[in-house]
Amino acid sequence: MNVFDIIGPVMIGPSSSHTAGAARIGRIAYMLLGQPAKRAEILLHGSFAKTYKGHGTDKALIAGIMGMKPDDARLRSSFELAEQAGLSFEITTGHLEDAHPNTAQITLYGEDSQVSVQGASVGGGNILINRINGMAVEISGQFTTLIVLHRDAPGTIAHVTELLGSNGINIANFRLAREQKGGTAVMTIEIDGDAGKELNRQVAALENVLGSTMLKPI
Amino acid sequence: MLNYNTIAGLVEQAEQAEKPISELVLAQQAEQTERTEGDLYEEMRRTFRVMEESVASGIDPDLRSTSGLTGGTAYRMQQAVREGRTICGEVFGGALTRALAVSELNASMGRIVASPTAGSCGILPAAVLTIRDARGLDERTCVMSLFTASAVGMVIANNACLAGAQGGCQAECGSASAMAAAALVELAGGAPDMVANAVAIAIKNILGLVCDPVAGLVEIPCIKRNASGVANALCAAELALAGITSAIPADEVILTMKRVGDTMPAALRETAEGGLAMTPTGRRLFKQVFGT
Repeated sequence: MNVFDIIGPVMIGPSSSHTAGAARIGRIAYMLLGQPAKRAEILLHGSFAKTYKGHGTDKALIAGIMGMKPDDARLRSSFELAEQAGLSFEITTGHLEDAHPNTAQITLYGEDSQVSVQGASVGGGNILINRINGMAVEISGQFTTLIVLHRDAPGTIAHVTELLGSNGINIANFRLAREQKGGTAVMTIEIDGDAGKELNRQVAALENVLGSTMLKPI
Repeated sequence: MLNYNTIAGLVEQAEQAEKPISELVLAQQAEQTERTEGDLYEEMRRTFRVMEESVASGIDPDLRSTSGLTGGTAYRMQQAVREGRTICGEVFGGALTRALAVSELNASMGRIVASPTAGSCGILPAAVLTIRDARGLDERTCVMSLFTASAVGMVIANNACLAGAQGGCQAECGSASAMAAAALVELAGGAPDMVANAVAIAIKNILGLVCDPVAGLVEIPCIKRNASGVANALCAAELALAGITSAIPADEVILTMKRVGDTMPAALRETAEGGLAMTPTGRRLFKQVFGT
């Protein structure tokens, strides 16, 4: 926790959890897609499902999906901007098992890729991304984060963490999830301070690593 | 090393160093976040300027919330001050005006600083900008006071909580009021122990306040509770600056707020299932907004 978790974020109202947090979840999905989205399918759960209209949660999610930050004054006109940008979207409400009350599930389709993200707005604008493409992750968006998709093979974690360590990078949080033994696995690594794109390229080039995405703090 | 476990700890370290709490917080935060003091100050200065802008934009007779339920009260308050129709005069009336302005802007999807939350975003800016104008303080002094306010917020977050859904309105507007009282004391030249007393008094006065938003929206009664939150901050700061102490120390008051919040029924913690939300008018407004 730091001072800007208390005095901040700078945001478009009315609700840090239902507006700013929603924009952040949308923006993580946008960053993971890595290209402009053509279509977005959004499922809202719990309090998000019940009160999204009064809080502008829907507008905030679409704004985030278009890459806007929670303090972007264009947030309140995001629907019009989406239409102009050729982004179609569908927002439905439903129930997700064992999900936080403020959860959104977003599937984005770009020109040649797609990504599915499930995230919760956990209070004060803070979020937690729980799933990416169905795999369990834990991303707060407060740190620079590496999402490393890799084969579940011995030594892979050591190679990645050694590379970070030799670059003087300290790990704040680490989480590993795998589909099954020997299958595909994902590391989510939140680091202190900043890291450049070059480091991400080096991680991606390591043995048994299938791909690496670096998210800047949002 | 400075930590945010207790208010007493902050006061002790500030007294030892013979510095205001804000300076210690800035130095500690630079170390924690691996950024320079200049960089952190600059970010807080930008934040402060957003606060100024949100006051200016919120004083608008035509401002309406997204739901259509609220808007325009900051302008009315300002008119009353300008026309000399207030009981307490310009400083108090100005504080109320600013708190209403920021809170109403928030409800209309305008740009604000959550401090600590969006629901309580009017209290701290109203306090700092009011004393700035009343005493002609410079920007640097005001920006620094926000570090003291955040330190108070961090202690509350570490020992209780800042979310209405967890601790009721006392956790949101109560915390904001305590943070604002702390900033006011430092800005008025009060000693660190006066900051602690102001925090204690501010929370004591608002202890037990429930979170019961009509239709679940951050509007009714939130906007007026922002006005009341800055009024309470002014009260707490004035008492502390006069040398009046709180019989119960700030840290015990904060833990009390946590205990009170824990025993508060869920209906009174931002679920819109109790309190004012369940009044006949509250239910009617819910239907008006959501149509069900």
